[in-house]
This record gives sequence, C-alpha cells and structure tokens, in this order.
Amino acid sequence: MYGNPHARSPRVRAGLLGGAAAMSLVLALSGCSSDNATTTPAPSDTTMAGPPADNGKPITVWVDSDRQAAADAYTAAYPNDPVTVEVYDGGANGSGTFRTKMQLFDQAGSGWPDVVFSTQNNDAAWASQSQGGKDPYAAVLNNGLIPDSTLSGFAQGALDPCTVDGKVYCLRNDLAQDVLWYNKSLMDQFGYDLPTTWEEYQALGDKVATEHPGYIIGAQGDAFTPEIYFWSGKCEANHITGATSVTVNTDSTECKRVASMLDDLLANGTVPNISVFSPEFVQTYTDKVLMMPGPAWYGGALFQNPDNVNTPAGQMAVAAPLPWAGEDAVTGDVGGATWFISSHSENPGLAAKFATFVTTADDYQVDLAPGFPAFKAAEDKWLTKQDASGYYAESLQPLVDAGGMIWSGWGSGIFSQEAIWAKVMTPGVTAGKKLVDLLPDWQKAISDQAKVDGYTVN
Amino acid sequence: MTPNTSDGSAVGAGTRRRSALAALLRRRPSTRVMPYIFSAPYAILMIAFGLLPALYALYLSFTKKDGSGFAGVENYTNVMTDFRFVPAVEHVSFYIAIWLVSLIVLVTFLALVVHSLGIKRVRTGLRTIFYLPGALAGASSVLLWLFLLDPTASPVKWVLKFLGMNSFLEVVQPSHMPLIFAIVAFWAGAGGWIVIMYGALNNISDEVMEAARIDGAGPIQLALKIQIPMIRKWITYMVIISLATGVQLFVEPQFLSQATTAVIPNDYSLNQLAYQYAFKQNDFHGASAISILLLVVALALSSIFVARGGLFDKE
Repeated sequence: MYGNPHARSPRVRAGLLGGAAAMSLVLALSGCSSDNATTTPAPSDTTMAGPPADNGKPITVWVDSDRQAAADAYTAAYPNDPVTVEVYDGGANGSGTFRTKMQLFDQAGSGWPDVVFSTQNNDAAWASQSQGGKDPYAAVLNNGLIPDSTLSGFAQGALDPCTVDGKVYCLRNDLAQDVLWYNKSLMDQFGYDLPTTWEEYQALGDKVATEHPGYIIGAQGDAFTPEIYFWSGKCEANHITGATSVTVNTDSTECKRVASMLDDLLANGTVPNISVFSPEFVQTYTDKVLMMPGPAWYGGALFQNPDNVNTPAGQMAVAAPLPWAGEDAVTGDVGGATWFISSHSENPGLAAKFATFVTTADDYQVDLAPGFPAFKAAEDKWLTKQDASGYYAESLQPLVDAGGMIWSGWGSGIFSQEAIWAKVMTPGVTAGKKLVDLLPDWQKAISDQAKVDGYTVN
Repeated sequence: MTPNTSDGSAVGAGTRRRSALAALLRRRPSTRVMPYIFSAPYAILMIAFGLLPALYALYLSFTKKDGSGFAGVENYTNVMTDFRFVPAVEHVSFYIAIWLVSLIVLVTFLALVVHSLGIKRVRTGLRTIFYLPGALAGASSVLLWLFLLDPTASPVKWVLKFLGMNSFLEVVQPSHMPLIFAIVAFWAGAGGWIVIMYGALNNISDEVMEAARIDGAGPIQLALKIQIPMIRKWITYMVIISLATGVQLFVEPQFLSQATTAVIPNDYSLNQLAYQYAFKQNDFHGASAISILLLVVALALSSIFVARGGLFDKE
C-alpha cells in the first residue's frame, strides 16, 4: 500500500493510472468473462448405477490445518492412494476462501480440488448452483456417488445443511448443536441447581452477579452469538424458505425475549461482550466459567484445551438445551463442518472413498476428531471414548439428545449471518446500545445483505 | 506498483543533466533512438498491465452482467445504490482526510526540524529511525498494530486504558477506524517522505538561505517564507501519490476484518466492496464500475492538486 515512496515514479499520471490499473489487473488476470453471475438451477440428475470405481488418477484434497489429521489418517490407512493434500483456511470467519477460489477455477475452467473440507455449513447454498454456465462445484452425492447405506448412517438432520431441493451436496464432518456446558464442581460448590428454562437461567445469572461477581454463565462477543441464543429462542432472523428466498422478522416476541435476556446479563456482567477465543477471555475468565451455552465443539475447543480456559478433568458436564417456559426445547447449530466432492473430479471414485473415510471411519472420527461426529456409528463410539476418558464429570449423552432438537426455522443461506452480526450488533453493544434497540438494525442489515446476494426477502 | 520511468529528472539538478544530454543528442543523431529503446520496456508493461486492463474494466463496467450488450450506467447505479457504497465512501474519505492533513503538516514539520539540526550524526540517525517502519509491508505492519491495539497484549496498554478502552472490541469501534488506519499509514509511510523532503530542503541553495539570514530571517520565517514555498512541488507530489494509494485502501481493513472476525466488515473500503462484487457476488461488471469510479475521483482530485501545486510548471 504505502510502500517506499522512493520507489514511486515522479510521473504522477502514470502512478495514478497504474494504481487503478493494478486493480483492473486483478480483474483481468482472473479472466473475467462477461457471461457470469447468472444463477441457473442445478442440472438434472445423471443417474449412476453405483459408486464409480477408483480409476487410479490422482486427486487433490483441501483441508484446514485442524483437519490435516484426517488427511494423515487416510494416508496412513491407504499409503498407496495418489492423494495430494493442500492446507487452506477452511473458509473460516467469513473469509469465503472456498467460494472465492472455486469461482476463480470456474473462470479458469480448470484446477478445482477433488475434495474440499469447509468449516462452514452453508456452502451447499452456492456450491449447488451453476455459476456462469459452469457446472455447480459440488457433485450430487445421493445419486450413487455415495451409497444410500452410507448417507443414511448420518445422524438425523445432519445432512440438512447439505441438502438443496432434495439433493445432497456434502457430507457432514461433525455436528455443532448447542448445549448448556456447565462446571459441575462450581455449581455444587455454590449450591446452585441447573436451570431448566431460559427464564431460570436468567434468574440464576442475576443471582450469580450478586453472590459471586466475576463468574460468568455465557459470553456474547462472538459472531456466532445469534446461533447460540437467538436460534434456540426461535427468533426468525434467518428463515431460508427456498433457494433464493428468506423470511426475516426480528420484531417478534421470540427475538425480543432473547435480546432483553442478553441485555440484562450483559449489564450484570454474567454474559460479557467478549469473544471466547480472545486472549482477554482466557486471561479474565479461566477459572470463572460457571455455565456456557454453546456448540458441541466447545468441549474440545474451550474446556479441554491448554490454549483456552483448560478446565481440569472431572469438572465440566453437559446439560440438554434449555427451553423457554412452556415451550419444547429447541437448539441451534454453530457450524458443523462439511466435506465436498468436486463435480469436475477426474477420479470421483477415489474422491468418494476419501470423503467417506474422513467422515465415517473410526481412524479419524473416533480416534482423532475433536468434535462430535455426524456419522451415527462413529458418534456412539466417540461418546463411549469421551465418557471413558474421565474428563467429563457426567456422561455426554445430552449432546446426542440435542442433535435431534435443532430448530428448523433457521437455515443455511449464502450470506453469513455471523458477518452481519459482527458488523452491526457487536459494535453497537460495544458502544453501549441495548440489543433490544438494535433488533431493527439487525433486521435491516440481514435484509440488505440477503437482497445483494439475490434473495427475495419477506 | 508501477515500474519506474527512465525519466526521473522532473525536478532540480536533473534539468542540467537533461540539457547536456539533449546537446549530446543533437550532435549525434544516430543515438536519438536510444531513449525510445530505454523506455520501451516500461511502455510495453504499462500498456499490457496498466492501460489495457483499465480499458477492459471500462468496457466491463458498461456492459451487462449476462453478456447481452451495452448496459448504459446500470452497473454504476447498481453499485452506487448498494447499501454498502455510501458507508465505504465515508470510511475512505475520513481516512484520506486525516492521513493527508497529518502527512502535510507533520512530514513538513519533521523534515524542517531534522534539517535544521546542527549535528550530522543526529540528523542521519533520526532519518534512519523515521524510515525504519517503512520497511514493513502493509500486512505485516497491521499485524504489529494488532498487538499494539489490543489492551491485553499491548506494551502501551496504559495509553489505551487511559483513553477508556479496556477491550480490543472497544478499540476497533467503527468510529475509531479512520484514525487508526491513518495512524498505521502515517507510521509506515511518513519516514520515506521525510527523507524525500529532507532531500528537497537540501536542494535549496545556500545563497538563498544565507541571503535570507542576512536580511534577519529567523528559523520560523526561513521555513515559512523560503523553505516551504520552495518545496511546494514536493509536497504536492507527496499528496498526489498518497491520495492514489489512499483511495485504494484494502490490505489493512481486509486483514483487520479477519483478525476481528468481521467486526471490521469485509466491505469497509471501496476496494473491498469491489472485491466483494468480483469474488463473492461473481459480478465483475459491478467491481469494474467501482474501480472506474475510484479512478475518476482520484484523477479529478489529483488534477486539482496538480493545478494548485504548480507541479507541472516550468521552472
């Protein structure tokens, strides 16, 4: 940007033109064509007799750094398969790398990796769609590429984010259902009973604030805050009703009750506006987490993690998601990663074998994976292993129950709800505004972004 | 970014050399072709990677997304009515305003101060220190600033706490960002300009300075009446180059957007918005429209500065 001015030419006009040109250059090098940006429906099914055979051609696999273990496990199990592993950022934190790169390969007409791991669970929304006359990136999996017997082995609802118009476009790596994590030792020590509704949860928060100030029962500084609290509150902020339609209504009782609960608990300090992945969080709250609503992967990412709060063994436990009084409990989902197979792959047989291995084989999902497996058989073994490890104070069975409680009124659209929340709500709260008062801004931001991405907003 | 021209002689001592060269060329007509050969590589690269892509962007910005022909100003109205456009314009404008004013005032002031110091070793030392941060490229300087701006990690956390900012989220509030980007840009870029201004000050002849001193001018009068007017072109040059890089703000907000998990949005600046159009929405036509708008605005503003600053006036 502001590099060494010595290196710049005194030719002002040239410098300026060069500046603008550099940007245009990016456009030109990417081979921009003028026939893109029209979204057409996915091409019709090509019925396949059965899983294709491995034809011996090499495949390229993209994983994030955490999932390199999965690729390594595959290479250990099948050392002779020609698999090249490349590490990328997994599309995390709204970087959109996966989509961006595939669009560039679409422009170039070649270069697509055969299998891609994505940390996001909404990639099927674009990967199932044709861009600029090119085939959609994602191969349809439920027409024989992956046998039905394998697909039906995934937990109920696990493949919902992968499914568009009845076609399955990805395999789920792990489930990310929200549960109520709590520190059993601390709860016992303070003499508190587990809350059984969100109302009781809020009341307990008020109590903790006066009796044990400094302890927290949640956090609301992360971009996925809406997926923990608002999704399970049945707030209709992200109701994807079709491939390009979404219903957004944050002016409902459901949204307001969640917002005012968070406002109250922020004010009394028990649910601070802080990211659980910030150094501040680790510094301030390492021994102070009494409860923490959040996804299944919090277990490995926060509590059993030397780089985060690193709670000692025998203290943490999991409770089922909380209901609002008088309603059935439902919950949300924070991510839950996915594996895609390229429709452009020259060796779909091997690609399918790889994707099946990393999502279903015990070698990775039971022995190594930190998150809760989406594949049922691996799930049970993973659970047994976790219970046997003695880290958790009680059985993790509530995790399994929560898997079937995900509210279907919150969908997986192309746009990132997390990016919208981070842009509009987090700075608002930081500036001292109340979430309840910010709900209309949230509504507008979601609607605006959805429209930009071609959605009809109701 | 842009390769240098072989013709670096717009100002000062170069003029003498150029007239000598011209005399040489008059004597030996066969060497007249040499300037063209020397400047050809630049011209070719400039056309291939500067002019043609710019023209292609111009073409794209006036054609329809579906390839069905002339679109009129449709792409332009699309991007300008985008809900992200006006905020991006505001962000970049605030940033440029703060940055340019601080560059003009502080760089000129610091160059004058360093130039007037008596001890040579101090002068050289200071210039080197000013210049050092410029050795860091955009992204790595942002990385460094991420630490400085995080109240839990910063070595100057007391400054942040004194200003009432106790968490990283409080530091990176949207209203703070133009100032933060300007500080980062100033920190990384000002040193190089101080060195250039210092060189420009050296170019003022001792006779002029001496005459002014004999007439009773103090250091402040010298600076205001002699030095600043005589380096006016250099200041204009700095403003124009900085303006051109400023409107292209991209790396810093993009990086911060990642680091703050999108609290600094990924559509903060106009260039980022263009990137969103091209690579998130697959709309290269809208992206081209934004880049052409940037070009037009930067050219218009530069023209004003060139005219007012007398940059192209003959001496």
